Amino acid sequence: MNSPSIPASSDLARRNRRVLVMAALVALGSLGLGFAAVPLYRIFCQTTGFGGTTQRADETVVVKPVAGRTMSVRFDSNVAPGMPWEFYPEHPTDTVEIGARDMAIFIAKNVSDKPVTGTAVFNVTPTQAGAYFTKIQCFCFTEQTLQPGEQMRMPVIYYVDPKILDDPDNKDTQQITLSYTFNPVEPK
Amino acid sequence: MTTIAADPHDVHAHDHHDADHKPGFFARWFMSTNHKDIGTLYLIFAICAGVIGGAISGLMRHELAQPGIQYLHSWAMLMDGPDATLDQAYHLWNVLITAHGLIMVFFMVMPAIIGGFGNWFVPIMIGAPDMAFPRMNNISFWLLIPAFLLLLGSTLVPGGTGNGAGTGWTVYAPLSTSGSPGPAVDLAILSLHIAGASSILGAINFITTIFNMRAPGMTLHKMPLFVWSVLVTAFLLLLSLPVLAAAITMLLTDRNFGTVFYDGLRGGDPELYQHLFWFFGHPEVYIMILPGFGIVSQIVSTFSRKPVFGYLGMAYAMVAIGVVGFVVWAHHMFTTGMSVNVKMYFTAATMVIAVPTGIKIFSWIATMWGGSLTFKTPMVWALGFIFMFTVGGVTGVVLANGGIDDALHDTYYVVAHFHYVLSLGAVFALFAGFYYWFPKFSGRMYNEVLGQLHFWVFFIGVNILFFPMHFLGLSGMPRRYPDYPEAFAFWNQIATHGYDIMAVGVLIFFINVFWSLFAGPKAAANPWGEGATTLEWTLSSPPPYHQFETLPQID
Repeated sequence: MNSPSIPASSDLARRNRRVLVMAALVALGSLGLGFAAVPLYRIFCQTTGFGGTTQRADETVVVKPVAGRTMSVRFDSNVAPGMPWEFYPEHPTDTVEIGARDMAIFIAKNVSDKPVTGTAVFNVTPTQAGAYFTKIQCFCFTEQTLQPGEQMRMPVIYYVDPKILDDPDNKDTQQITLSYTFNPVEPK
Repeated sequence: MTTIAADPHDVHAHDHHDADHKPGFFARWFMSTNHKDIGTLYLIFAICAGVIGGAISGLMRHELAQPGIQYLHSWAMLMDGPDATLDQAYHLWNVLITAHGLIMVFFMVMPAIIGGFGNWFVPIMIGAPDMAFPRMNNISFWLLIPAFLLLLGSTLVPGGTGNGAGTGWTVYAPLSTSGSPGPAVDLAILSLHIAGASSILGAINFITTIFNMRAPGMTLHKMPLFVWSVLVTAFLLLLSLPVLAAAITMLLTDRNFGTVFYDGLRGGDPELYQHLFWFFGHPEVYIMILPGFGIVSQIVSTFSRKPVFGYLGMAYAMVAIGVVGFVVWAHHMFTTGMSVNVKMYFTAATMVIAVPTGIKIFSWIATMWGGSLTFKTPMVWALGFIFMFTVGGVTGVVLANGGIDDALHDTYYVVAHFHYVLSLGAVFALFAGFYYWFPKFSGRMYNEVLGQLHFWVFFIGVNILFFPMHFLGLSGMPRRYPDYPEAFAFWNQIATHGYDIMAVGVLIFFINVFWSLFAGPKAAANPWGEGATTLEWTLSSPPPYHQFETLPQID
């Protein structure tokens, strides 16, 4: 039986190696994508407000308040288990005009006899409001250090983006809860 | 589908002199590079793992037979010493569900359906002498052994409240990071790494074999559907498993090296792990079922004595399932607090998969339509597969609805659903393939009466076992607990009886296998008649140690 189209074995070995390399590259690319998912996911959340990720704007931004439309904002404060801080908002809720800047004060106190550095993670609910909750200034952007017994008033300057009024997913949103959790930063 | 030009005797007439020369026992089975021997090793391994995984499910089912804790505490005392607490017993429960899931997915279904049947029949069906990389094939198999030993060994070392990894097969953070101190979870993660590496090497091997080693005339569009199914599966493995590897590597560094990828308190996000896991996990369920689709297509065609209806549609339906399978993962995460729009997308995309799946179901029925049907054992298993998979598919469409899933998430309804598609779907395809090809790889016929008896006992058993779980889930019984209120007692009792019936079926299977191996009548090259048109039936049963030294010519 003649089989004229069978490639010579060295040719087959070469072609097999080529497919092997290509398939291995695909697998490596997939592995790389798995790790790349970490920064990509963060960027995705920051740009879309996915999962209640808040937005950030600088001082110069100008937003026109919408007269007569208000939003209730509730402040939630937590400290990680074992962290020797007291941490609470000055006022638990606030009602702001949509688009208007507002300042909320949080109070933190180190109740231990050692200096403690902390950093806060934050989030808003309902999660679909994250894209419209914009912070101009926040203690949560940097690490905070409190000396033993020290008490500090920490401001958050924020506004609710008027675009929230055009979002059908937020048409039932009457109150936004802004939540912080302080975590200890290990001394380096 | 394909007609084979060469007379079957002609194909290996020339290689009879030395084609059957086999190396000695150790060299043959421990250093094997022969695709058929490696396939056999995979099948033996999968059967052993399946017995262990199945025994674990038996333990769980009997603990669940009645409300309250029956045996779990005494098992915990066996494992952790006589002063084991009730909390350690609950941890043991978590270890059992984890081990059952991981063993059945990674060490039973995948090795059997891809490693076993894929290795045995993909090269033969495309007219190739062996796999493209026989030594790599050997590595793929032998990597599974240390992976399995690591997983079994993890049950002996601390994993949090008690010994063993109690994270569930999904290994969600933070339970798997800060929630499970001790080396058990590290060992389980390493086990997954090694099993994953084994599968990726296997996938590369299959892709190369199918692309480069087809016999002259065996174009892609003439390949048997089983080969198509393994090709699609290999691509799914290649694209999804590295993502799991990345995800669980980050678990390891979070656990051991102070990274915070999944630590929400330190700027990470545990939900990211769920996204990564299910980006792998959803294609994984198609990895387990697609080769089953291929097997069932071969069997239905053989026993209807007709080519498969809509061959190209069948092949590309599998491609479509594979592609769409990559963009539906978050339907496993409907209750993590997604917005309505995201839920809407994942609901719709998930339901789209029902279209190519429906094409397959209807094409199998159309293949049988007007066919000359014989209901031999492989055929009844294949029909059982079609029935059960359809039941599981329908409950899958129910669960695909984000709104309904809010109520049914993590209930026994989900357990019923995925056991209908996997435990009954994939496992029925495995048994169907096993009986179909048993004459080919053993050279002996199985016992038809025992095969039919195995089917009916198993079929009745698993339906009594799993169907009541729909009722339990609809009335709100949650998954993953060893105990439940009195209200759920009745159907749990029934399900446990179902397990016992199924276990009798498995016993019949083993009797059949051992009887047939030693006393079964010799099998002809093609015991199934003119319906069996693929190349493996042109070779003797069992095939010569090296086949196709002269390649067959396909018209």
